[in-house]
Amino acid sequence: MNLKNIWFIMKREIGGYFATPVAYVFIIIFLLLTGFSTFFMGNFFERGEADLYPFFSIHPWLYVLLIPAISMRLWSEERKNGSIELLMTLPVSVIDAVLGKFLAAWAFTGLALFLNFPLWITVNYLGSPDNGVIFAGFIGSFLMAGGFLAIGACISAFTKNQVIAFVLSLIVSLIFVLSGYGIVLDFFSSWAPATLVEAISSFSFLTHFDAISKGVIDMRDMLYFASVILVWLFANAIVINARKAD
Amino acid sequence: MTLRIEIEDLAKHFGEIKAVDGVSFSVKKGEVLGFLGPNGAGKSTTMKMITGFLAPTRGTVRVCGHDVITDPIAVKASLGYLPEGAPAYADMTPDGFLRFIADIRGLTGTEKKRAVDSAAERARITHVMFQPIETLSKGYKRRVGLAQAILHNPPVLILDEPTDGLDPNQKHEVRTLINEMAADKAIIISTHILEEVHALCTRNVLIANGKIKFDGTPHELESMSRYHNAVVVAVVDIEEATFTSFLNSLEFVAEVETLDTQRGVRVYPKEGKQITAELSQSLRDKEWQIDSLYAEHGRLDEVFRTITMGDA
Repeated sequence: MNLKNIWFIMKREIGGYFATPVAYVFIIIFLLLTGFSTFFMGNFFERGEADLYPFFSIHPWLYVLLIPAISMRLWSEERKNGSIELLMTLPVSVIDAVLGKFLAAWAFTGLALFLNFPLWITVNYLGSPDNGVIFAGFIGSFLMAGGFLAIGACISAFTKNQVIAFVLSLIVSLIFVLSGYGIVLDFFSSWAPATLVEAISSFSFLTHFDAISKGVIDMRDMLYFASVILVWLFANAIVINARKAD
Repeated sequence: MTLRIEIEDLAKHFGEIKAVDGVSFSVKKGEVLGFLGPNGAGKSTTMKMITGFLAPTRGTVRVCGHDVITDPIAVKASLGYLPEGAPAYADMTPDGFLRFIADIRGLTGTEKKRAVDSAAERARITHVMFQPIETLSKGYKRRVGLAQAILHNPPVLILDEPTDGLDPNQKHEVRTLINEMAADKAIIISTHILEEVHALCTRNVLIANGKIKFDGTPHELESMSRYHNAVVVAVVDIEEATFTSFLNSLEFVAEVETLDTQRGVRVYPKEGKQITAELSQSLRDKEWQIDSLYAEHGRLDEVFRTITMGDA
């Protein structure tokens, strides 16, 4: 691992986001959707509580839809226009390239998330929320976004077609969310042994994010997201290494 | 150490297809090796293996003493590579792109600035440095790719069809650039433009179906042509039949061919020897007036066809 190279690749990648309207469009849509879902679907005012629970609870679903739109280009675009041959014949290791690209996408998502700070100001203006819980929510949401991005990055390494990368990432992401969703778990619990149901649920982003977004920062939840990110990025590196030229 | 690139028994199989099948050669400092062959012969695949982009099925590649399998980063650091089609990051400007390459190549500060400026100047892209690469013409894109390859002044250059898609002026500029750099580098260029054999190369390797068919100097390649040292000659006011039978009677003449599209006949020498002097002497002895007389060097396209189609 060469930290300098990771940084150079990350810097180039982020520059790429802002060279086209992609970054601005994404941020605007993300903010519109979080705002809309918090105030209208989440009954932000009607609940009469000064917290951001409605805001955070929608994040897994938003990410399922929006994160693949960021991650789809990470490797597919390199494959499509052949620049992967350039990148992989520069003196950088595959790991550096994988990390640089992932960190760029993650930092960008972090920025989009951060731009929701007016919501935080709003709840503090309206009442006196537990800012520790809100902070935990942002941390959890950021970690979860990293998980989705790692999935998407790995999948985009397989194909030079961004549409395929988008759809497959969306499906895999959805599976990772749905496996913790009430209806799905009810379906399993009617016939499957409890340990299996628990295992399925423990693989879900939802289960781990829910605890953090309620302010419970459990080391196990953090570790869960960290391992999801590492496992998918490792797979990403293996895929790139094995099929650079395909 | 003068051997900069050493390739031994290099092979790449894609399933049943043997794209490259046991290729061995080496390139010294100061050599420009022209890598010739028809499309699909394995030129690009070989280059991709030298640059560490493709893993070989078998064989070894060493660049400046570093093995591409055990030390790929050192190999990549010591070479500049222009991949086929000169891919770049389309949404960047040449300036941003070259700076990124300089960063990765470990250049900083004034050294980085000087490297970017000098590469841009030598590739003649200084006036398009701040336009997005995707808006540039094919010729400029190729030159941006070239600037990227020579940026860090590498001891080894691998250029996959560096003049493909350029107009004659641009081709000339690129060739001049390569010739300027040739003395202190080891360069491999792939091409199927045969005029570049003379314009650029000190040595040629010709491959077809993944195997080396020829390895030698451009002159040796030419001399494999049946036109090598053939003489086209025309004389004034002599009947063709008389002329031809006289030529056939000469001991150094192997064959005489009448020409449809130009005046005179083509005389093929025995054993490919030079016969210009003897031939003109014999004609003067006859007191025939020579209208025109010139020797041919050999035709590369014909050699190329014979070698590559020979046992296809």
